[in-house]
Amino acid sequence: MTEPFLIGDNMTGGYGRGPDILHNCTIAVNPGEIAVIVGPNGAGKSTAMKATFGMLNVRSGSVRLDGEDITNLSPQERVIKGMGFVPQVRNIFPSMTVEENLEMGAYIRTDDFRSTIEQIYDLFPILRDKRNQAAGELSGGQRQQVAVGRALMTQPKVLLLDEPTAGVSPVVMDELFDRIIEVSRTGIPILMVEQNAKQALEIADRAYVLVQGANAHTGTGKELLADPEVRRSFLGG
Amino acid sequence: MDFLNALVNITNLLIIPATTYGAQLALGALGVTLIYSILRFSNFAHGDTMAFGTIVTIGITSVFQSWGISLGPLPTALLALPFAVVVTAALLVGTDFAVYRFYRAKRAVPIIFVMASLGVMLMMNGFVRFLAGVKNISFADGERFIIKARDFKEMTGLAEPLGLRTTQVLTVVVAVIIVAWLFWFLNKTRTGKSMRAFSDNEDLALLSGINPNRVVIVTWVIVALLTTTAGVLYGLDKGYQPYVYFQLLLPTFAAAIVGGLGNPLGAIVGGFVVSFSEVMITHVWKKVLTYLMPENLEPSSLMQLMSTEYKFAVSFAILVIVLLFKPTGLFKGQSV
Repeated sequence: MTEPFLIGDNMTGGYGRGPDILHNCTIAVNPGEIAVIVGPNGAGKSTAMKATFGMLNVRSGSVRLDGEDITNLSPQERVIKGMGFVPQVRNIFPSMTVEENLEMGAYIRTDDFRSTIEQIYDLFPILRDKRNQAAGELSGGQRQQVAVGRALMTQPKVLLLDEPTAGVSPVVMDELFDRIIEVSRTGIPILMVEQNAKQALEIADRAYVLVQGANAHTGTGKELLADPEVRRSFLGG
Repeated sequence: MDFLNALVNITNLLIIPATTYGAQLALGALGVTLIYSILRFSNFAHGDTMAFGTIVTIGITSVFQSWGISLGPLPTALLALPFAVVVTAALLVGTDFAVYRFYRAKRAVPIIFVMASLGVMLMMNGFVRFLAGVKNISFADGERFIIKARDFKEMTGLAEPLGLRTTQVLTVVVAVIIVAWLFWFLNKTRTGKSMRAFSDNEDLALLSGINPNRVVIVTWVIVALLTTTAGVLYGLDKGYQPYVYFQLLLPTFAAAIVGGLGNPLGAIVGGFVVSFSEVMITHVWKKVLTYLMPENLEPSSLMQLMSTEYKFAVSFAILVIVLLFKPTGLFKGQSV
């Protein structure tokens, strides 16, 4: 088996000097794929993703991006290496306009990024209409689009989304999932954490069920949806 | 005629001084608001930073004067100002390296920064007095008046005089230029936008690759520009005295809080709210009322709501009222 594009391999660790939250946890994603991490509350879903992004102490195991070991890099350095991260909350600059949010996303780029902004407006047409409005005045779903758009401005090689549909209505949630599939079709591997396990598993090419910071089930989304044990314990029968 | 006389009295003793004072406060409050929104603390050393910037300007001005350099009708201090800004910026960045950076690395809570700034304030206070003493220094030179009170009376034939000093016009002009530049900088340049981003959401700014140290240094340099200019304009207008600069801290903070801490537009509006309230409440209304009221209703007292010695009570009252009823200020700002 070839090495996945991004892999958090056998990670054990926690925040700062705190106790370990992850125990030999492995998550990975390949180009063109959507990988989702699901699991009960407090299972360490977000923590596992943050571990691949360098936001906690990985005491054993490693994180590799395109074959390169990035375990000891800071989050900022990983952004430069081509990782895009959308935090769950506080993921926009509320008093700045939509366009300024996108410009700030491209802060590390020294080349002309206007064409990237246009691509993002094509991907999220509502943002083009609201380009001069303060991002903090937008609806929840629109803010999430700003947040994803901001992360895409660096033209990342892999995109990490932390619960992109948290706190939005079911209709908006469906739309956001559609947009995420569209982003994935552009070839960017997407690793995301989701509360809405069912919908997430339906669009997942690769899915991880975590329990207490360890891998409980792994497979394609469809396999896990069909797995009676996963159904019984996480999807309500 | 009576109406015109009343108008001239109000313009001469209320509108012109309050506008000048308001512009000085606005520059000071902009600095307070910038530090609050980007470095996230209330800087108590602000008034003494103004004093420092001013004495450096005074020093450089006297050097220029001894070399025979002058700006003709304009005060020589204006030429010294850019150099003083550089020296003040060096002091502020140095202070940041020596004091605030340590607490930033520890991610200390804002109150610790405030207390540290209190210490910085006391040290700066002593340093400034060590350098320049406590005496009143007047350093305005060049043409003193644009409109002389006596000329105005002769020209118009009105009983009331109207004087317009060069420093008053200069204050407003310089303040407008600096504020316009600051807004352009914050809204249009990449560095300015990165500062707003840092103020909005520090973590996301770091994720976006914005260098926090650069943001901090640029902030201090801009604060040096704002404080030194505010201090020099105030000094040209009213003379330099270290105590007065220390006391300016209160109206400056009142201005920043009335407008909404963290909101630059609010700081400017707040400056004028405070200055006009202060001057209106300490203004002697007797003459105006004499001109405007029927003869038998002429007031016999001065018609002054509060004597000028108590003018700081006005800032205090404004502060208390705002914090009680509208803690976020007139414009959308953060509450303390």
